[in-house]
Amino acid sequence: MADKPKKEKIPRQPMPEQESKVRAKNFDEVPTGQSPEAAMKEAARCIQCKKPACVTGCPVGVDIPGFIKLVKEGEFTQAITKVWEKNSLPAVCGRVCPQELQCEEVCILGKKGDPVAIGNLERFVADYERQNKKAPPMEKAAPSGKRVAVVGSGPSGLTVAGDLILKGHDVTIYEAFHKPGGVLVYGIPEFRLPKEIVFSEVAGLEAMGAELECNAVVGRSVTLEELFEQDYDAIFLGVGAGLPRFLNVPGENLVGIFSANEYLTRSNLMKAYLFPEYDTPVIKGKNVITLGAGNVAMDSARTALRLGAKKSRIVYRRSRDEVPARGAEVHHAEEEGVEFHFLTAPTKFLGNEKGRVTGMEGLKMELGEPDESGRRSPIPIEGSEFELECDLAIIAVGAGPNPLLTQSTEGLKLNRWGYIKADERTGKTSKKAIWAGGDIVTGSATVILAMGAGRAAADSIHEYLTLGW
Amino acid sequence: MFKIVKREEMAQGTVILNEVEAPLIAKKAKPGQFVILKANETGERIPLTMADTDPEKGTITIIYMVVGKSTALFRDLKVGDVYQDVIGPLGKATHLEEVGKVVCVGGGTGVAVLHPITRALKEVGNGVTCIIGARTKDLLILEKEMEAASHELQVCTDDGSYGHHGFVTEVLKDVLEEGDIQLVVGIGPVPMMKAVCNLTKEYNVKTLVSLNPIMIDGTGMCGGCRVTVGGKTKFACVDGPEFDGHEVNFDELMLRLQAYLEEEKESNDHYCNLSNA
Ligand SMILES: Cc1cc2nc3c(=O)[nH]c(=O)nc-3n(C[C@H](O)[C@H](O)[C@H](O)COP(=O)(O)OP(=O)(O)OC[C@H]3O[C@@H](n4cnc5c(N)ncnc54)[C@H](O)[C@@H]3O)c2cc1C
Ligand SMILES: Cc1cc2nc3c(=O)[nH]c(=O)nc-3n(C[C@H](O)[C@H](O)[C@H](O)COP(=O)(O)OP(=O)(O)OC[C@H]3O[C@@H](n4cnc5c(N)ncnc54)[C@H](O)[C@@H]3O)c2cc1C
Ligand code: SF4
Ligand code: SF4
Ligand code: FES
Repeated sequence: MADKPKKEKIPRQPMPEQESKVRAKNFDEVPTGQSPEAAMKEAARCIQCKKPACVTGCPVGVDIPGFIKLVKEGEFTQAITKVWEKNSLPAVCGRVCPQELQCEEVCILGKKGDPVAIGNLERFVADYERQNKKAPPMEKAAPSGKRVAVVGSGPSGLTVAGDLILKGHDVTIYEAFHKPGGVLVYGIPEFRLPKEIVFSEVAGLEAMGAELECNAVVGRSVTLEELFEQDYDAIFLGVGAGLPRFLNVPGENLVGIFSANEYLTRSNLMKAYLFPEYDTPVIKGKNVITLGAGNVAMDSARTALRLGAKKSRIVYRRSRDEVPARGAEVHHAEEEGVEFHFLTAPTKFLGNEKGRVTGMEGLKMELGEPDESGRRSPIPIEGSEFELECDLAIIAVGAGPNPLLTQSTEGLKLNRWGYIKADERTGKTSKKAIWAGGDIVTGSATVILAMGAGRAAADSIHEYLTLGW
Repeated sequence: MFKIVKREEMAQGTVILNEVEAPLIAKKAKPGQFVILKANETGERIPLTMADTDPEKGTITIIYMVVGKSTALFRDLKVGDVYQDVIGPLGKATHLEEVGKVVCVGGGTGVAVLHPITRALKEVGNGVTCIIGARTKDLLILEKEMEAASHELQVCTDDGSYGHHGFVTEVLKDVLEEGDIQLVVGIGPVPMMKAVCNLTKEYNVKTLVSLNPIMIDGTGMCGGCRVTVGGKTKFACVDGPEFDGHEVNFDELMLRLQAYLEEEKESNDHYCNLSNA
């Protein structure tokens, strides 16, 4: 028998990017997107597994081999329709999912070489559709006459709204800020997720019939009781985990010390990077320290470079192995010149007579035994005091639940950290006709997990609206 | 969109009153609460206390001093123009109860913030003395309204052009000397509130102040408005804006209000150049 001709091995197709020196000075998106040819070539790498591991790695179970096959055949419009079956924000997820820990981590090709670039392909089909607008609109069920209020317009709220509109219900989204999108708009910077993409997704929802009420701080402008009085049949709470954590070390209220929330909100939502054309200012440090090493910290340290910092440093109390940020973000940050100081923690901020920050004092750390989270906890090394100079410090050590809404709502059960208690499978809270999902239930997580929670809640809300609680 | 239905200039055009259509906010707002306004797409989010509300008409009234670019932009809005965004009511409402004799002390535009609180304190049965001040007679605002909102009104000007010649704290000292004061509410520029609190501490009279740190969201998600009260960090937008004045670190607040001095100048120059072009 003749040997089977050996298939030529195609390498993983690279994602074209702006050069690191150039992009560190602008707010344009870093990866510039693939050509249709490159996408088809990448899609051809997928071996169409019978039992695709990749799908089990995706929190919402996108039919990955299914849509990739269509990309390979050049059927980009059919491909997006396939992705939409499970994921209503693919242009976002393709860009910000931690793929290396999800779908791509378990892709079979990753065992011996590089996994299929699933995220890039998802992004490609979503961008293709946004530019060409060829896919038929999703079909809407007949009107049910039921009304649902969605509080918060982050990924969880947008998912609930999209799903319930399709199922025939009336949906109104209430958002505290003057623009919709949640963290996708106020937190994640333009150079990673252009805001135009988020606004186009929201415009799509509005075109399908969802109502959007911005400037509505639920709990203050209107309470949940009042929403029920306005004849809503169900309410979904997707208010995120927006309360900034501080370090509680001396000197933290000096001018020039921001929470990452404030720094990123000024820069992204309020467009301080376009100051003075836009009116909101932000302090532009030359020598910047960011505390923490998650996605939020990477976004802050990279934003600082783009706002003119000569030096941008990450100070993290654990080691490189524990860094929680997406791999791509750490890599991009390093390429752009962000310096990393591992196993260091601040003990105090120093200031001048004008009350402005001039530096921090800290201690070196070593790693001890693993804690409940399975991560090895840092222990200070005695006598290892050191000082770092800075004129701007950004605190990105995590966020908690904002009590504004939960405190104004009687009978809504919270866990001991203040997050809303909700059924894992359905998102039902302790209060009748109220659901919750996303970061306000799980604590800070990911876009796709928030969307997954939104999908589950939408299914459960639909069941309630048709069958009862 | 939130339409301006009335506009007045006070204090030689340095202080502006706007009555704005915002029916939902007008219905919910209580004395002491504030709104955040944004004039247009490129605008800043600016916090201002509601000086009055009319739930029937569906309007709120704001009174602001023109100090920088954003308030200058607000000043240039005419009747019929709109604010793109108005968010509120925000902050905790004033805790209102009958305590006996109360003194309300206001300086500058702080008088506008003080007005609804004064009126409400009187309505719940307190004996209210009011002391308001300004640098000079022409800068004094809301004299008639404050007279109506209180039982007794005393006026001071720094230059002696009207009323008592001197600071509000001098008149306050005389009133405190008479004794029997249960509560002082002091609202105005930070140095004035600090001086009021230093004085009332000597007489051991509880004192409320309303703080005005720089804010962004007004909902507790940025921490930009943090102030130190009783040695603890508080977010003025959700924990305040009113606090026990004897516990407030005013020096820190003053420094934090200077955070954007250079940028504010750049922004204002930019705006003046555009307006003159
Ligand atoms: C800087 C940053 C970078 C990140 N990077 C990534 C990444 O690369 N990949 C990834 O997967 N995840 C990332 N995340 C995490 C991810 O963004 C969140 O997990 C996700 O957005 C949570 O979605 P959500 O729907 O629960 O809430 P959010 O996105 O937080 O949205 C909540 C919305 O509710 C509104 N709201 C709050 N309270 C009220 C109220 N009382 N009334 C009305 N509206 C209210 C808020 O204004 C907000 O718009 C990042 C987070 C941050 C902060
Ligand atoms: C809860 C709250 C309620 C307020 N209510 C009123 C009100 O009823 N009437 C009123 O006139 N003002 C009020 N203020 C203050 C008002 O928000 C500021 O004057 C305004 O933001 C200045 O904006 P600007 O762009 O015009 O000036 P900027 O160009 O930003 O600043 C000009 C000058 O004002 C100082 N400044 C900046 N921000 C503030 C601030 N938040 N407070 C005080 N000084 C500041 C700066 O140090 C600078 O010297 C309130 C503030 C808060 C937080
Ligand atoms: S949604 Fe995220 S995890 Fe799922 S396939 Fe897309 S990129 Fe992978
Ligand atoms: S595991 Fe990898 S190769 Fe297999 S179907 Fe999924 S993407 Fe294709
Ligand atoms: S203004 Fe952002 S927390 Fe108060």
